[in-house]
Amino acid sequence: MAASDVKLLGARPSPFVNRVQFALNLKSIDHEFIPQNLAEKSELLLKSNPVHKKVPVLIHGDQPISESLVIVQYIDEVWSGPPSLLPSDPYDRATARFWAAYIDEKWFPLVRDLRNATDEQSKAAAVEKLFEGLKLLEDAFVNSSNGKGFFGGEKLGYLDIVLGCYLGWVRAGEIFTGLKILDETKTPALVGWAERFASHKAVDGVIPEPEELVNLIKMFQARAAAAAADASTK
Amino acid sequence: MAKEDVLLLDFWVSPFCSRVKIALAEKGVAYQQRGEDIFGGKSELLLKSNPIYQKVPVLLHDGKPMCESTNIVHYIDETWPSPPLLPASAYDRARARFWADFIDKKLFDAGGNIWKTKGEDQAAAKKELIQILKYLEGGLGDKDYFGGDSFGFVDIIAIPLTTWFFAYEKFGNFNVEEECPKFAAWTKRCLGRESVAKTLPDPQQVLEFVSMMRKMHGIE
Repeated sequence: MAASDVKLLGARPSPFVNRVQFALNLKSIDHEFIPQNLAEKSELLLKSNPVHKKVPVLIHGDQPISESLVIVQYIDEVWSGPPSLLPSDPYDRATARFWAAYIDEKWFPLVRDLRNATDEQSKAAAVEKLFEGLKLLEDAFVNSSNGKGFFGGEKLGYLDIVLGCYLGWVRAGEIFTGLKILDETKTPALVGWAERFASHKAVDGVIPEPEELVNLIKMFQARAAAAAADASTK
Repeated sequence: MAKEDVLLLDFWVSPFCSRVKIALAEKGVAYQQRGEDIFGGKSELLLKSNPIYQKVPVLLHDGKPMCESTNIVHYIDETWPSPPLLPASAYDRARARFWADFIDKKLFDAGGNIWKTKGEDQAAAKKELIQILKYLEGGLGDKDYFGGDSFGFVDIIAIPLTTWFFAYEKFGNFNVEEECPKFAAWTKRCLGRESVAKTLPDPQQVLEFVSMMRKMHGIE
């Protein structure tokens, strides 16, 4: 399939975009990455994802697919050769989907809460909640990996992609707050997993360096402060 | 399949539980059902099966628990393949999953904002709900059902939520059929289906439940 048949509309710092990149890399799918300016959205993006107007969007031929988890499942079904991303057993798939929803809806928002926490007390409270979530994910990892290196077992799978895409922002959150999130004394299995994940060839080079993400955090915070100051003087 | 192999932990008014019941009915799967006392005290089995969220529905198949209704409907479709709920092509399946995700993220919360608020907040919530339904009308297009000619995955995800619309209309003072006639037509079409008609609670009873919830929340 020619590279131009598969296009990914994305933005490098977005973990949701990174997920799709991991999946494309794991399946060795040639594709064209079309970076998007999220402050001024392109016609192509608005046309391809009119409901959410967000990245990532995968365009296969002329058909757009949106929502990172939907895209990853689509990739797994269309390019169905190895490696399989989702498990083959329906119950294992249900378990994987459950944890994916938990990670996206419950756990990662806690990282955002930590980034937005302004005083030491709320930072500490946010970190505590993160640890509770990570303990659950540590157990999920132990159950899912069956003694092997990844959630998917010997190979990277769906849950590795779903959680792994956040590692850059987790590291950035640690640098920004000076607090540890992935702590080998608390979640040793996940710490080991994170190192293996980050050095996998399908992942290498996809997630921006934490320092770049820290700068983005500082920029978001400055913008939010400016908007708040603006609003209070009106 | 023996009836005892499949057990659903249920709450009568939950549209999320209805999704699972409709899916099982479509597949002709026999199952046992156990009503949970959501306000009085959740059962040991529920708390053990769904420790993180402690919510219904929970489906136990051969004792193995599954949570989150859309996830459960996926599982039902994969485990009992006939008749298929998801469409055949990968792209159509992606569209179905997209709409299911959209409905899950937006619809019930928008409705909740209508009965939980008043004044400007409520007006904004109504506007949001109508916009969501218009998007769904776009997804439906000229088709009878979201997947085409046959009742399927997205219809199952969406239809139970419509039992709460009567309550939204009463408290929000508007009419879904006037604002979104195509959506109303699709609703009637689905309600004509046996699996749906036999499963869904009476909207009047849902209204009474929501009225009770409003009192509990101190809204008047």
